[in-house]
Amino acid sequence: MLPIDDGLKLEIAELLQMYRDMVLLREFEESCPKLYSQGKMGGFLHLYSGEEAVGVGASHAMQDGDYMISAYREHGHIIARGADPKVIMAELFGKATGISRGKGGSMHLASAELNFMGGYGIVGGHLPLAVGLGYAAKYQQTGQVVVCLFGDGATNQGVFHEAMNMAALYHVPVIFICENNGYGIGTSVERASSVTELYKKSCAYETPGNRVDGMNVLAVYQLVREAIARAREGGGPSYIEAATYRFRGHSISDPGNYRSPQEKKIWQERDPIPKLGKYLQQHKGVAPAQLETILAEELQRVAAAIEFAEASPEPAADQLMTDIYVEG
Amino acid sequence: MAEITTREAINQALHEELERDEKIILLGEDVGLYEGSFKVSKGLYAAFGEQRVIDTPIAEAGIIGMACGAAMGGLRPIAEIMTVNFAIVAMDQIVNHVAKIHYMFGGQLQVPLVIRAPGGGGNQLGAQHSHSLEGLFMHFPGIRVVCPSFPADAKGLLKTAIRSADPVLFLEHEELYGVKGDVPDGELLIPLGVADIKRAGRDVTLIALSKMVYTCLEAAEQLAAEGIDAEVLDLRGLNPLDMAAVIESVGRTRRAITVEESWLTGGWGGEIAARIMETCFDVLDAPVLRVAAADVSAPYNKQLEQLAIPHAEDVVTRVKELF
Repeated sequence: MLPIDDGLKLEIAELLQMYRDMVLLREFEESCPKLYSQGKMGGFLHLYSGEEAVGVGASHAMQDGDYMISAYREHGHIIARGADPKVIMAELFGKATGISRGKGGSMHLASAELNFMGGYGIVGGHLPLAVGLGYAAKYQQTGQVVVCLFGDGATNQGVFHEAMNMAALYHVPVIFICENNGYGIGTSVERASSVTELYKKSCAYETPGNRVDGMNVLAVYQLVREAIARAREGGGPSYIEAATYRFRGHSISDPGNYRSPQEKKIWQERDPIPKLGKYLQQHKGVAPAQLETILAEELQRVAAAIEFAEASPEPAADQLMTDIYVEG
Repeated sequence: MAEITTREAINQALHEELERDEKIILLGEDVGLYEGSFKVSKGLYAAFGEQRVIDTPIAEAGIIGMACGAAMGGLRPIAEIMTVNFAIVAMDQIVNHVAKIHYMFGGQLQVPLVIRAPGGGGNQLGAQHSHSLEGLFMHFPGIRVVCPSFPADAKGLLKTAIRSADPVLFLEHEELYGVKGDVPDGELLIPLGVADIKRAGRDVTLIALSKMVYTCLEAAEQLAAEGIDAEVLDLRGLNPLDMAAVIESVGRTRRAITVEESWLTGGWGGEIAARIMETCFDVLDAPVLRVAAADVSAPYNKQLEQLAIPHAEDVVTRVKELF
């Protein structure tokens, strides 16, 4: 059962919204492989199935106006922040109505409106950007915080350490969240990192590092909320390792054969969605039918998103050379 | 009008802009308390404080990434890379992040960032500290490349770069910091992408930027003594590239030579030469020639290093081949 802190005192509406968000993220992602195989999408496609509790828990702990910045497994992150699944699906289709106008694709989703500052395809590359966003927020005294998500592989990159050092040095309001799904493509954490308890990696910078069950949306929510409160009060950066698992391969072209069936089974049993569903039924009196209705509604939203993407136009040829520069 | 050094001109530009707009910050290694390893940021830390003139760790990727994020967050950062050689350490941040963010998110996000970096050879600094990388950076869409020669250009172009909504690589030359020139008093803004004729001439166009402008002016004096009237066209940057000015000049002189401090192979001279031939081949009386550095890592030995870098005499020799 979920180790729920009753002190969270979350409204049932918020709990149901978390459930709904995770269902939406899951169903959105699970609709993609078929569309990809039909040739509706191109390029890379890194699906978030299994990791929903991290993005949804973190997003619910944030306020409107806070920054989120992420890597290339970010469909779920931007949707959790409130992006319309229609414009995300349209982007995966490469359509003109896509959130990045068809120029970004799966790995490069952003929303200026939602302060979702992008998905980035170079492992670890966006971590220093998070420090800069935090510096801007602190300097301008906006009260914003920055939630920066990345995978376990990023913690082995040089810029991870540069960003950790500079975040602590300038005391910026940044919450670094490592989504440790156990593998950098096909290489396990144990074979890539000398320190396998990744939350320990911030200790060299005297930045608090904590590990959380990334399959438990409430646990993620709680820890991120604490880190955000601390950052907003001028307490500086935090680092969180969320232990999670991707139910699919690294990308659409990866069958994930390097992982044993037993291992997959163990993690499947920890699926964050039925886990929260069970909690809602057992402790919050939510009827199974209500959860089924949420699923049906979110499936409908995904279907509408696909329909929107299908019906949307391709970018016009004259869009090729726009958006390179702001001036001239 | 006052005669000041390039160092002073850049310092003036920084000081005036920091004074004008509180969103402007300056960050880099030793830019604050130490006042810059070339003393370009003299007085700025004292005047504007550590929140705006920020000493950073030696972490070039971190510096550029942080500056990029700060720009996305509403500030107007000026990041100094101590020398352009270390920009190679930050190449992923410059190329994959700074230059691409506006385009790859469909124009939603902007990166109003200036990256200042001095470079150039000739000081016996060896293979790893003598680069001129403007040609390399010209290759990447999404980032402006500005390379001033005269002090007034340095001031006017830097102020414009700081006010630009686009990222700008502002490449200074270490050898030019102490060079003096007239700089107009008061506000000075020079648009990016406008070349400047530093010496008018009728017979051949010498196309250059940064320190090589001075090399070309020296060559032009030597050529004048031999009856050849050379025009020196200072590109003042490579992106935007003022090809209209190149074509206009070559249309009059009918001969052109590109003069660059970096390597010949894959340099910007080849790009300009190709564009001249694509657009105005018919006006040429001779093939476009290129003067550039030898395709070799900079050697330490003074004589060997000087052999590798173009000098006025090299320009003169090649000009004579055109007549």
